[in-house]
Amino acid sequence: MRYAETGFNLEVDLTRGNIERVATDPRLTELYLGGLGTNAKILWDRVPPDVEPFSPDNLLIFSTGLLVGTPAVGCNRTIVSTISPQTQLMAFSMMGGFWAPELKYAGYDKVIIRGKSSDLVYLWINDDKVEIRDASHLQGKGTTETAELIRAELKEPNAQVSAIGTAGENRVYFASIEQGKSSASRGGIGAVMGDKGLKAIAVRGSKDIFIARPEEFMALCNEVLEYIKVRRENPIPGVMPILAGLGSPQEMVIHDEKWHTENFAWGNSRVRRKGFWTKEVAEQWTGTMESMRTRLISCHNCPMKCAATISVPGLPTYMMKCFSKLTYTMAAMSDLEFGLSIAQRATEYGVDAFSAPQVMAFALELYEAGILTDQHFPGMPSDNEGRFYWLLDRIVRREGIGDILANGTHWAAEQIGNGAEEYAHNNIKKHEQLPLKLSMLNPIYFLMYSTGEKINITQIEGNFPQAPFVTREEREEFAKDWIQVPNEKIKQHFLDWEPRGEHSIPHYPGVDATCEIVDWQEMMHYIDDATGMCAGLSSFPLKPPYHIHNLPTLISAATGIDLDEEGLKQIARRNRNLVRAVNIRRGMRRKDEKPPADHWKKRFPELETELIDTYYRFKGWNEQGIPTRESLRELSLGYVAADFLKRGILADGEDAPSRETSGQEEET
Amino acid sequence: MKGEQRKKIVKTIKIDVDKCNGCRACELICSAFHAAPQYSSNNPRRARIRVVHDPLRDIYVPVYAGEYAAAECAGRDKYTIDGKEYDECSFCRASCPSRDVFKEPDSGLPLKCDMCESEPPLSEPMCVQWCLADALIYEEREEEVEEEEAQEEIEIGLEAMASKHGWQKLLDTAARMSRKG
Ligand code: SF4
Ligand code: SF4
Ligand code: SF4
Repeated sequence: MRYAETGFNLEVDLTRGNIERVATDPRLTELYLGGLGTNAKILWDRVPPDVEPFSPDNLLIFSTGLLVGTPAVGCNRTIVSTISPQTQLMAFSMMGGFWAPELKYAGYDKVIIRGKSSDLVYLWINDDKVEIRDASHLQGKGTTETAELIRAELKEPNAQVSAIGTAGENRVYFASIEQGKSSASRGGIGAVMGDKGLKAIAVRGSKDIFIARPEEFMALCNEVLEYIKVRRENPIPGVMPILAGLGSPQEMVIHDEKWHTENFAWGNSRVRRKGFWTKEVAEQWTGTMESMRTRLISCHNCPMKCAATISVPGLPTYMMKCFSKLTYTMAAMSDLEFGLSIAQRATEYGVDAFSAPQVMAFALELYEAGILTDQHFPGMPSDNEGRFYWLLDRIVRREGIGDILANGTHWAAEQIGNGAEEYAHNNIKKHEQLPLKLSMLNPIYFLMYSTGEKINITQIEGNFPQAPFVTREEREEFAKDWIQVPNEKIKQHFLDWEPRGEHSIPHYPGVDATCEIVDWQEMMHYIDDATGMCAGLSSFPLKPPYHIHNLPTLISAATGIDLDEEGLKQIARRNRNLVRAVNIRRGMRRKDEKPPADHWKKRFPELETELIDTYYRFKGWNEQGIPTRESLRELSLGYVAADFLKRGILADGEDAPSRETSGQEEET
Repeated sequence: MKGEQRKKIVKTIKIDVDKCNGCRACELICSAFHAAPQYSSNNPRRARIRVVHDPLRDIYVPVYAGEYAAAECAGRDKYTIDGKEYDECSFCRASCPSRDVFKEPDSGLPLKCDMCESEPPLSEPMCVQWCLADALIYEEREEEVEEEEAQEEIEIGLEAMASKHGWQKLLDTAARMSRKG
C-alpha cells in the first residue's frame, strides 16, 4: 500500500505512440520524496548531458508533489521539469491550480513524456484509460480556448487541462504551459512541449489518495487552517502590504502599487520612476482593476485566492495572478488597462510574463539605438502600445524579427550583434529576471541570485525579511512569535540587522550568517518543490503556516515514512545537489553564477568572492561550485560522484572544497 | 384536526455563491471525513457536496447531495441569473441516472449529505469548517412543528385500504371494531 503517492508513473513515448503505466520504487520516495526530487533523479538517469533540449531524447516530466491530493492545505503543485532551450540547463517551473491533484486522483504521480509526435496531439488521461488524440484542429488555438474545446469534445466539463498556445507550438524559448489560473512559465518548457508535438494534457480522476496516519495528519492540517486564520487577522506590521500576508503576493487584491512602480525598473528594466504613484494614477489603476476583475479565485484546496478572473471589455475572460499584473504595463511604460489587455492575448499565446515583456522592450530599445532599424520592423505601428501587440504577434509566430526575438534577449543579442549584447542586461544564466535595479549590494540576495538554479529570485527568497526593521523594538516584536525560524542563531542575525551603520548591508549579515540564511530559504523551497506545497504558504512569505518544524511530521504522517527534521534537511540537500549535478554535467560552472551586472550600483568584488567561496564550501562544493565526492557520498549520491570522476568533472585527489579564491576574474 | 406541537432542530447551510472561490476544499474534506477509517483517504468524487464551477463564465455553485432518484426528471431546468446561464440541472441535489454526480465512483451507489452526523456531534459540518471563504455558513434553529407525520401516515394507510376494499366496507368495519373496544 502506498500512501500520499499513487506509486505509478505514466510513461508516454510520442514517437511510437506508446503508453505504459509503470510502478515506482518506494525507496526513491524515501530518498527524494517526489516532485522536483524524483524529477531530478529521472533526468539524471535518463537524459545524458549531450541531449539537446529539442531532441526526442529530452524528457518532459509533469510531476505531482508527494503530498498533492492529500488534505494538506495549499498542496497542489505540478512540477514540470525538462532541459530548457534557453538556459540549456534543467528547468523546473511549478504551477498551482487543479491539474496535479486531478492526476493523483487518476492514479499517477507523474507523466513522463519522451519522443516526438509528427502531428500535433493531445493526451487524455481518464483514470486507467489513457489515449493520445489528434490535436490538428487545435493548432494555433489559445491556451484557454484549447482547454475549453477539449473539455467540450470530451464532454468532460471537469477535466483539468494543461496546454500550450501558439508560442509553445512555435518553440518560443519563453513559452509557457498554461492551466486556467496557473502556469508553468519559466525556462521555456512550453517550447519543449511544442517540440514534442504535444498540445495539451487533459486529465480526470476518480480514485482515492490514502493517508498513513490519518488522525495525526488531520490534526496538523487543522492547525494549519487555524494558523492561516490567525495570520489573516494579523498582518505583519512594518512591511509593505504585499509582504504582510500569506499566499503569493496578493497582486489581484492590493491596489497600492507605489512600491512596485517606483522601485522596480520600467522599460527594458532601465528606468526607476520616483514619484510615479500619484493620487490620479492610484485612482485610475484602482478603477481599472475593480472594473475588470470579476472574482478572486484559489487553487485546489486553498483559501488564499491569489488569482482573479479578468474580463477586459471586448476581450474573452482570462485568469491572472501575481506580478504579471504589472510586467507588460511597466515594460511598455504604459498603464494598467494596457497591461491587463495585452496579458489576455499573451496568456492565450502562452508566454512567460517576465521574459516576454522584457524581450519586447529590449527590441524597441535596440530600435531606438539604431541597432535594429526600420527594415526589421516592416509595418510596425507608430504608437507605443500598438508596437507591443505587433511584436508579440511576430514573436509567437516567429515571423521576421520575431524569429530572433523568440529566443530571448540573450540569444537574440548574440544573433543581432553590433553591440546588442549590452541591451540583454537583465539576465542570469541567459534567463530574463525581475526588472529590479538597486543601489547597495545585499549579500543575501547576491548569493541567492548567483547560485539559485531556479534562476528566478522569487523561487528562492523567502522566510527571512527582505529588509531590516528600523527599530530594535519592531525587530523584537517580530521575533517574539517567529516559530518558523530554524534556529536561534538566525533569529539573532535578524535582531541585530539594521538599516544603517555597522550592522547593515553589505557587510551585515556577515558572510557565514548570510550562508546560513540563504541555505535555509533555499532548503524550504526545495522541500516545497518535492511535496508540491505552494510556496505561498510555506517557503515564500513571512511567518507561513508550514515550516521546518512541522513539515517532517506532516510528511511522515501522510506517507508513513520515518522522518525527523534532520532527515528532511538531508533530503532537501540531496535534491539540491542532484539538480546542481544535472547542471554541472551540462557545463554550468562558477563563471555562470552571477547576478545581472547592473543589478546593484554599489558592488564589492572582494566581498562577493568571499561570499561565493564560503557558500560553496558551506554547501560542500569545490571552488567551481561542483559538489565534492565526499559530500555526494554523504548524501547517498555516490553514483553522481562516480559519473563526475568518469567524465573528468572531478579528478581523484582534487575534490576537496578549495580554500583558494579563484573566482576573482568573474567578479569585475 | 391539529397534531401535537413538538420541537425540531432545522439545520441549514447557507450558501453564498458570490463568496465561493472554487477551491474544492469542501469536496475534499467531505470525502475524507466519510472515509473509513475516518480521514484515511480522500476522493472528491465521493463527496456529498459538489462545486459546479466554470470560472470563465463566473459560475460557482456548491450543491449538496440530496435524495436518490430512481429515474430522471421528465423535463430539465436551465437557469439564467444575472445574465449568467447555468447548465441544465446545475442546482439539482438528486443522485440521478442522468448524470454521474453524487454517486460512489466504483459502486455507483448514491451519495447523500448527512450533515456530518457523528458522535460526538461536530460543532459545524466539515465542509463549512474548511470553507475559509465563508461561502458556506452553518445555522441551526429550533422550530415548533405540528405532529403531522403520524396523522399523515394514518391517512395514507386508510386511503390504501379504502381503494382496496371501498369506503363503505372500511367504515362499517371501523364502527364494528370501535363498539367492541
Ligand atoms: S496560496 Fe495562492 S497560489 Fe498558493 S495554493 Fe493558495 S491560492 Fe494558489
Ligand atoms: S470550500 Fe468554500 S470557497 Fe471552496 S469551493 Fe467549497 S464552497 Fe467554494
Ligand atoms: S455537511 Fe458534511 S456530509 Fe454534507 S456535504 Fe458537508 S461535509 Fe459532506
